[in-house]
Amino acid sequence: MLAVARLRFDRNDTCVFGPLDFAVHAGEALLVTGGNGVGKTTLLRVLAGLLRAGEGELSWRGEPCTRLPTEGIAFVGHLAGHKADLGALDNLRFATGLHGCRHGASPTSALASVGLAGFEDVPAGRLSAGQRKRLSLARLLLSPARLWLLDEPYANLDRDGIVLVDRLLARHLNENGAALITTHGAYAAPPVRARTLILEAQRVDAESAA
Amino acid sequence: MNRIVLWFHQLGSPPTFHRYATRWMPWYFGASLLLLAVGVWAALFRVPADYQQGDSYRILFIHVPCAWMSLFVYVTMAVQAAIALVWRIKLCEILAMACAPIGAAFTVITLATGSIWGRPMWGTWWDWDPRLTSELVLLFLYIGVIALDASIEDRRRGARVAGFLAMIGLVNLPIIHYSVQWWNSLHQGSTISLMGKSKMDASMILPLAFTVAAMQLWFVGSLLSRARTMLLEREAGKAWARDIAVHDSTRGNA
Amino acid sequence: MSAPTLPRAAAAMLARDLRLAWSRRGDTLQPLLFAVLVVALFPLALGSERARLAMLAPGAIWVAALLASLQGLDALFRSDAEDGSLEQQLLAPVPLSLLLACRMFAHWLTGSLPLILIAPLLAQLLFLPDHLLVPLLLSLLVGTPLLVLLGSTVAALTVGLRRSGMLLPLLALPLYVPVLVFGAGSVMAAAQGQDWLGAVLLLAAGLTLALVLAPLAAAAAIRIALP
Repeated sequence: MLAVARLRFDRNDTCVFGPLDFAVHAGEALLVTGGNGVGKTTLLRVLAGLLRAGEGELSWRGEPCTRLPTEGIAFVGHLAGHKADLGALDNLRFATGLHGCRHGASPTSALASVGLAGFEDVPAGRLSAGQRKRLSLARLLLSPARLWLLDEPYANLDRDGIVLVDRLLARHLNENGAALITTHGAYAAPPVRARTLILEAQRVDAESAA
Repeated sequence: MNRIVLWFHQLGSPPTFHRYATRWMPWYFGASLLLLAVGVWAALFRVPADYQQGDSYRILFIHVPCAWMSLFVYVTMAVQAAIALVWRIKLCEILAMACAPIGAAFTVITLATGSIWGRPMWGTWWDWDPRLTSELVLLFLYIGVIALDASIEDRRRGARVAGFLAMIGLVNLPIIHYSVQWWNSLHQGSTISLMGKSKMDASMILPLAFTVAAMQLWFVGSLLSRARTMLLEREAGKAWARDIAVHDSTRGNA
Repeated sequence: MSAPTLPRAAAAMLARDLRLAWSRRGDTLQPLLFAVLVVALFPLALGSERARLAMLAPGAIWVAALLASLQGLDALFRSDAEDGSLEQQLLAPVPLSLLLACRMFAHWLTGSLPLILIAPLLAQLLFLPDHLLVPLLLSLLVGTPLLVLLGSTVAALTVGLRRSGMLLPLLALPLYVPVLVFGAGSVMAAAQGQDWLGAVLLLAAGLTLALVLAPLAAAAAIRIALP
């Protein structure tokens, strides 16, 4: 589904990560691991299109492209992406208005799937951090995207939450979706077909080779 | 043609630009001062007094070139910013941001000399003359660009964001100018415009040409100087910058 | 799968912003109260003589509208940038410029339209002659959207900054000058018995241009300014 060649990102002329070559196929998950500050979040943001890569080539479903198509990817980052003043259901309705809705899914059923049934009218600002994460997962469930880009999806969740993420992931991969997940390895790998990409800290000055 | 394009390309590389700037900077400043001296001397001693305004109009020989430069530098800044945004050339980002304080300085001199020129006529140090009012708004545009660049920590992103603001300002400049003209005609009827009814005597053109040329050369020298310093600041960790620092310090010791 | 269509996304954005403005009604009304306060300051500072206030009325009301427009600008994109909503909007399969245009429209609806509605009241406070009310309302109707469009574009540039303070007004004011000149000027022209419709039409022309260009510029600005 996704193939990446010689991807590299620089900030202030220092190389944050790269050059990287990898691919993610339908039905599998790619776990990106590494210590803190090694560039995992940056990699995800580059793939999402929020940052521009220094160099490299992306291809989506075999076709080369400069950016991954927005309707094909769903991104869950560090920031929750909900409006604190709106209720949980309103937040999800807004998300489906922007991104579209997966066949057969509805905001109410998504809330129920993540264990937030009964919280429809609670303003997102009054939810706990873990509940807000579940709300983000509900938004993920509603997205019609085939590729999930998840940045530390297990963060802030209790044991039930971690099981929930694994369950959602397994279902998504079963339906021929794919996922790219960053995790710093403290959590057990999800019970799905997964490969691991390990990023290591770069201490090379980008210009010193010149 | 290819030689010129190649030269520009090479100039974009930081060490080459630094060498070029260091070498030519004094020449630009020197030539500028020379032309300025000639122009000012001619303006003070060679050109006849104006039949309407007497001797006080002579300050126009500084005021007019500075006014033209304040606009020219803004356009240059916006063009550099556009190049920097489209092609992501680091040197153009630096050049664009270096233009801003220089242009602001020209604008301040324009306002000051315009105020001095107008004092005998108006009796006050300021009159809401349409030209001066436009220059005042231009000064605020410059200050805005400088302030926005200064408030962003990432130097490259700051230059790009402030450069985009400069481009927006450029689109608005003609509109601002026209609106101020309209505003003036609405509220004050006829005023003595800054250039007055006196035609340009032929003898006035030559000194003006000298001072205009002097201002242009001063701008280039100033730009090279600022850009060179900014380049060194931002590339401080690089090998070529370290070489220059070491080389200079050994030369100083020898 | 139901794909997001442009009208649907636009409606969702508008509905969200209106709902947000309603849930924070107090904050939304603050610029309006600020404008009333500014207008009230003029008689307090200059004395309540009718003729003098009547002469200043169009300019004072316009300045109040302009300052009020600057009030809500800072917060326009900041909250979305801080909680991650802006990221999600960048990743939506609809053009960012469309979403931003909807936000600007919602901002005008909640901030400037109420001001236009109470403008007759403000006119009374400053003894504005009756025959100038129509020019005033018309100039505000055409001018305030222009202020919102221009100001939002500049606000988009500052979206990465932590606390911009007075920076945003400083950046926006030079761009506001033509709008103020033509807006207040049209009413002043009407006061002098001259043609005032021309200035309003000029504003309208500017508005048409800005309706197309400002959302595009703001979308570009956000991409440049986001870290």
